Amino acid sequence: MSTQKMVPSGSQTVGPYFRIGLEDLVGKGPGNESALETIRIHGKVLDRDGAPVSDALLEFWRADSSGAYSDGVSHLNGHPVGFHRVGTEVDGSFSLTLIKPGATPLGDGRFQAPHMLVLVFARGLLRHLITRVYFDQDPTLAVDPVLLEITAERRRTLIASFDPSDPQVYEWNIVLQGDNETVFFAW
Amino acid sequence: MLIELPAVQTAIPGTQPDFYFPPYVSTIARSPRMPLVLLPETPTERTGPVFGHEMIRKNDHDLTAQHEGEALGERIVVHGRVRDEDGRPVRGALIEVWQANAAGRYRHKVDGHDAPLDPNFSGAGRFLTDDEGRYFFKTIKPGPYPWGNHYNAWRPAHIHFSLFGAGILSRLVTQMYFPGDPLQPFDPIFNSIPDEGARQRLVSKLDMARSQPDYALAYAFDIVLRGSHDTSFEGAKR
Repeated sequence: MSTQKMVPSGSQTVGPYFRIGLEDLVGKGPGNESALETIRIHGKVLDRDGAPVSDALLEFWRADSSGAYSDGVSHLNGHPVGFHRVGTEVDGSFSLTLIKPGATPLGDGRFQAPHMLVLVFARGLLRHLITRVYFDQDPTLAVDPVLLEITAERRRTLIASFDPSDPQVYEWNIVLQGDNETVFFAW
Repeated sequence: MLIELPAVQTAIPGTQPDFYFPPYVSTIARSPRMPLVLLPETPTERTGPVFGHEMIRKNDHDLTAQHEGEALGERIVVHGRVRDEDGRPVRGALIEVWQANAAGRYRHKVDGHDAPLDPNFSGAGRFLTDDEGRYFFKTIKPGPYPWGNHYNAWRPAHIHFSLFGAGILSRLVTQMYFPGDPLQPFDPIFNSIPDEGARQRLVSKLDMARSQPDYALAYAFDIVLRGSHDTSFEGAKR
């Protein structure tokens, strides 16, 4: 490791009042995506006691439907494609409508299953949490290199379920602590 | 199955807060207890959103001038530089800031502190860093305020910062503090960072050279974001 490395600044909680600074980006971004590929993902953020976390902020980063990441500004309003921010409601719930990402190639013949990287911010989180959400019934789940790093019993915490009567609606809860604690990644 | 993707680099011990820090009571039921999983670095982690100038509005960088009248309180200028771990400037980084007003009150419906709101102060701003990673904004020095963490708990004066750097993993939300604030030793959020040096780097410095005589004092606050990895580390699992 280089001796010249600078130490990244310390993280601090977003606190309970982040909406005044971060709300502007909520629900913004491209709105002209094809409805055919659009899904809705909804769920709740819950704490150790199953109590709703009503002041969480979630950020999603995803590939497009072909599995490519937009690494630049790609919309006229200055908002990046593939990034979504949503705050939870009083009952801890969130809901987002977005393009379902495609499988992403790793460049060596392998693929990642369709997924989104998710950042969780809240009062009581001194550092944000990093997790991923995948989509149930996708045949590539079994070969996803990140899921394979996780024990089978905990893997399900990263997989959004869908309603058979409406396959365009997925449900996914984030449990911060406790029996069904969501898998979070180190950083 | 053996995974050969390089793992995401984790923080130097002591320089980031732990998730579970009981003096800050809200961490108790909200911090994960299972071991965090080392994430392999894939295209998902190596990419991230880029924001354009189109989303920045007039006066987003001047929190004293977002309304008809001037905001009340001590006008200050805050500036600094955003760099990555290798010391390179982070260009075009979106910074969002929010804060209490001079009386220690947020313009937010859940802030029940009995202190006046200022009709001329919203307390939120955003801007992009320039080609040298520099940013600048004008605001009102926020007041300290009480909170319910423990008996007679007061937050030291602070401004919230949210940053997007190169790649989603460089994301940072932090708080900027002010030099010489006597409340800092009592604040569990500030003191959640174990390393003294890392903690002090969240305290801005009075910058007389950039202060504007007869108008506003200046504070300097530099930020370091996690960088994308040196490729020479690829394969070195941490």
